[in-house]
Amino acid sequence: MNINTTKIISLLFFIFSAFYLYTAYQIQVFAFDENAPFNARTFPIYLGYTGLFFSGLKLILPDPDTIKVEHKNLEYKKTGILIIIAIIYGATILKIGYFLTTSLFLFTSYYFLGERRWVLMFLLSFPFVAAFMYLLHGVLDIYLRDPFLKSIGVMG
Amino acid sequence: MIEGILIGLSTALTFQNIFMVMIGCFFGTIIGMLPGLGPMTAIALMIPITYGFDPATGLILMAGVYYGAVFGGSTSSILLNAPGVPGTVATSFDGYPMAQQGKAGKALAIAAWSSFAGGTLSAIYLLFMAPSLSKVSLSFRSPDYFALMILGLTAIAAFSSKGQFLKAMMMVVLGLMLASVGQDSLSDITRFTFNNMNLTDGISFVLVVMATFAMSEALTIILKRNDPTAAAKQVSLTELGSIKIDKEERGKMYKTIPRSSIIGFLIGVLPGAGATIASFLAYGMERNLVKDDEKEKFGKGSVNGLSAPETANNAACSGSFVPMLTLGIPGSGTTAVMLGALLGFGIQPGPRLYMTNPEIFWSVIMSMYIGMVVLLILNLPLIPYIARILAVPKNYLIPLILFFSITGIYVMSFNNFDIYLMIGIAVVATFLRLYDFPMPPLILAFVLGGLMEENLRRSLLLSNGSWEFLWDRTLTFCILTTTILIVVWHIYKTVFKKRS
Repeated sequence: MNINTTKIISLLFFIFSAFYLYTAYQIQVFAFDENAPFNARTFPIYLGYTGLFFSGLKLILPDPDTIKVEHKNLEYKKTGILIIIAIIYGATILKIGYFLTTSLFLFTSYYFLGERRWVLMFLLSFPFVAAFMYLLHGVLDIYLRDPFLKSIGVMG
Repeated sequence: MIEGILIGLSTALTFQNIFMVMIGCFFGTIIGMLPGLGPMTAIALMIPITYGFDPATGLILMAGVYYGAVFGGSTSSILLNAPGVPGTVATSFDGYPMAQQGKAGKALAIAAWSSFAGGTLSAIYLLFMAPSLSKVSLSFRSPDYFALMILGLTAIAAFSSKGQFLKAMMMVVLGLMLASVGQDSLSDITRFTFNNMNLTDGISFVLVVMATFAMSEALTIILKRNDPTAAAKQVSLTELGSIKIDKEERGKMYKTIPRSSIIGFLIGVLPGAGATIASFLAYGMERNLVKDDEKEKFGKGSVNGLSAPETANNAACSGSFVPMLTLGIPGSGTTAVMLGALLGFGIQPGPRLYMTNPEIFWSVIMSMYIGMVVLLILNLPLIPYIARILAVPKNYLIPLILFFSITGIYVMSFNNFDIYLMIGIAVVATFLRLYDFPMPPLILAFVLGGLMEENLRRSLLLSNGSWEFLWDRTLTFCILTTTILIVVWHIYKTVFKKRS
């Protein structure tokens, strides 16, 4: 049996299914439901076993189409930075507000992806977000919470 | 039925809905032209916008996006041999050689007219088939639905690319597992929440779609250093030439279109199959049916070879709406996204949809036809201009996709946790994509998870805990036998391939 990344993913999925199954057995059901033909843990238990079955098969059966990924050619740095920016965006959006955080998220993302045309970067962040906000909040009546705009009196 | 058609027409022909079809087709064409970003991403990105609309308008917008994306995929197939969506791969076999011969405009026109004709014919088939199937499906019982859902999930896994059956089945199980998080629908007992209040209501469908499609596709593009906009830049520079189709070419298309539309529609109706299989089958069938001298032209710019897959893939798009609208079971990843959006509007598609919400049922069918007209009249002449819009650097495209994804979740929940969860799922999905784990089965399973548990619950309670319900009814038994055959066949193939 060749050990390749697909097999490792299958092994991880097998372990995950086992954990899922264990957790499924721990689901607390009402006493009167304990021996019922179907209760809250029935379906998850079957799912857990199905997960073990298919990942187990993937582990033991031969892998005819092995996928080889050239990690040297992958752009981990930029992808990582983008994910971190997205996490910071997620962490600040409620406290600071939609307009400022979204505009800064777009602006910094353009920058870290290698863009240096400042005017275009600005136009596709601050005015773009303002226009999109108007579409959502003003036209489509979708509420957007924004403490920053509220503090400067732009939003009610 | 006439009354229904009139209701549908009156809904679909309002100024707002026609405008939505146009916007949808236009936006879908743009996304469809970008290799790697398919109809599912396009529809997922549209979901936040549809929150502000009524369900009929929202669904009309998404249907427009779907058709537009398929048409956009054909454009990059013909002009660049770079199919935007898998369903248009067969289009490139003859479309690209035709473009290389300086007949790019003609190839696009043949594709557009074939799509139009295929879509129109299949909308007519849908018009007649959907109500009848709805009536038949009213006789379905819980065990039949349960079996049908298992078949749908197995079929979508089976129709994934070669050698991916087990991977796709693992994704199906993962989708069902994600769907099981949160409160149990009957007893309200929380499951897999690990005492986190944010998970009590379960994981949102929009979150999973955005994470596994829009966001993870954007991350994959960066990770693999792809530039989907490069294709658009080339399209904007391509000389299209005349878009006129002569009499001889029209004659060939008249023969090809009806038969390809039938095969496309029927394949589209099957759960799991879709535009890709329909277009390949139609191409193969057409090659067998034409005369020997025409057969020689296949792969070198044949009109029949271009018309057949284009007709079939559009017909399959309409066909895939049949199981969703009549049974409430989506047949493809794209219709699964639409089903999820409908559930978000509080509407449960199924056999009773056309009785309880006739305006939605019929207006979607009518808007498909309007969408075809829009694609033909507006999008065909506008291709070079659309391509110019698309020629934006990926440095702008990727952050904008991430922005739409995060905004979609933000306006839905106003919750940081959902954003973190989405980023987490997107990172895992990106990694899985690298190793060819398909995402559409996960989405289909996620959408069907709740319904599947509900039908299994009813079946088991009615049979007092006995599993006899699986073979008590002939229909249930036949569906399950088909499912088992599919599973056994694919496992056998995996073992046999290695030994051979």
